[in-house]
Amino acid sequence: MNKKPEKLINKKGLRLDGRKPDELRPVKIEVGVLANADGSAYIEHGKNKILAAAFGPKEMHPKHLSLPDRMVLRCRYHMAPFSVGERKSPAPSRREIELSKVIRECLEPSVFVEYYPRTGVDVFIEVLQADGGTRCASITAASLALADAGIPMRDLVVACAAGKIDDTVVLDLFDTEDKVGCADVPVAFMPNLNAVTLLQMDGILTPEEFAKAVNMAIDGCRKIYDLQKEALKTKYMLIGQEEEVEE
Amino acid sequence: MSSLVTRVRLQQIEKLIEKAKRLDGRGLNDYREIKLEQGLIEKAEGSARILLGKTEVLVGVKVETGTPFSDTPNDGVMTVNAELVPLASPTFEPGPPDENSIELARIVDRGIRESKAIDTKKLCIEPGKKVFVVFVDVYVLNHDGNLIDASALAAVAALINTKMPNYEVKDGEVIIKQGYTPLPMKSHPITVTLGKINNKLLVDPWLEEEQVMDARLTMAFNEEGNICATQKGGAGSFTQQQISEGMKLAQEKAAELRKKMDW
Repeated sequence: MNKKPEKLINKKGLRLDGRKPDELRPVKIEVGVLANADGSAYIEHGKNKILAAAFGPKEMHPKHLSLPDRMVLRCRYHMAPFSVGERKSPAPSRREIELSKVIRECLEPSVFVEYYPRTGVDVFIEVLQADGGTRCASITAASLALADAGIPMRDLVVACAAGKIDDTVVLDLFDTEDKVGCADVPVAFMPNLNAVTLLQMDGILTPEEFAKAVNMAIDGCRKIYDLQKEALKTKYMLIGQEEEVEE
Repeated sequence: MSSLVTRVRLQQIEKLIEKAKRLDGRGLNDYREIKLEQGLIEKAEGSARILLGKTEVLVGVKVETGTPFSDTPNDGVMTVNAELVPLASPTFEPGPPDENSIELARIVDRGIRESKAIDTKKLCIEPGKKVFVVFVDVYVLNHDGNLIDASALAAVAALINTKMPNYEVKDGEVIIKQGYTPLPMKSHPITVTLGKINNKLLVDPWLEEEQVMDARLTMAFNEEGNICATQKGGAGSFTQQQISEGMKLAQEKAAELRKKMDW
């Protein structure tokens, strides 16, 4: 068991991993990484390593769950047993079931579900390594997987957390900050529509701090949004280059 | 969700909301009538039954001894479980907890845990070995909307009602003595849920509104008016503006409920 650090921010105002309060961890995103999925994405957000895949639109199984006027979006968030310090049982935990639900509900507003009645889309998220903020990184990747599958969307959904450590509101908490810190506020956002599609909080914050954290998280979302679009474009640019070579 | 009936209902509800009215005659910012009864289950260490309009929730608290988590050897343990009992609604099915009951339990849990409502340090019997475990079981008896607020309020009421057995430790064995002491508590969180229909926020959505609303926003507040838990639900979204408006409204409502509850 590691000892809890007493201070999460040093005298220079830097955090344990050397970041400034409003600084994101390095984010690396790749689209189209799985051959068998209709759409897929891989994200490295700090030490988080997450794969997301989308299958569909396809016939709904079991059939009675299909809806006559729209597509059904299903989502499974799952952590690999080796993704955390102590082995996690592969059976879905209560936390994973709740996160699967809130992630589905945060992706759904972005999808034109009414375009594909009676069908279903499955989104599978596998956390290969977790280091705080996995739900946010998962959302960022899952939204790209949906886009990569060619499903019509209003906007990409991008997510980022803010929180409070020591007495400071900071962006993008990693594991230790999340566990030892005072509060964590994950936010998912559709920048083009100015719509917050996921908002959770645990810990204690004054209303002012809460408002500040939400705004900071949204600023973080906008930065990741640029990387998200870049990753999506990169995949199709590569396809274009390959075709030129073949010609 | 998308049946013809609910779509007709939605139009009706939307029209009323434009005039700041609701199907059941309430204003947008009104709670339904709240009735609370405590200590009705004698076999449980604590219990409470709430009626929020026609929504009815019973919460029972059992206190037993168990082992602490390895990362918090000096703290007692609290767990929340929620059962959407099939007799409460035709939409509830028997079987293991589904995502709705798990989400409900975890929202109630978060409000209590993050506000540090229970003084878990005082539930330690022998550090690292033996602590009291507080089981909070939420039992939904009638579903007429806003299970979250009803369950959260009833859970806190049941904890307030909880009596711990007096005990002494002899050779590592816990011996129960005569008499009871109240469960040590540090805070009484109040949870407020708002629904969003047609870009308008309304307090305490009931079943008909829940079936047509875009999204909900739940916030728990402690005595100082600080936020200790938040959850957005439903397949819709909020603008930044709506979130800050919602926060203010929820804070006001929480203060009002706190007065009413006398917590």
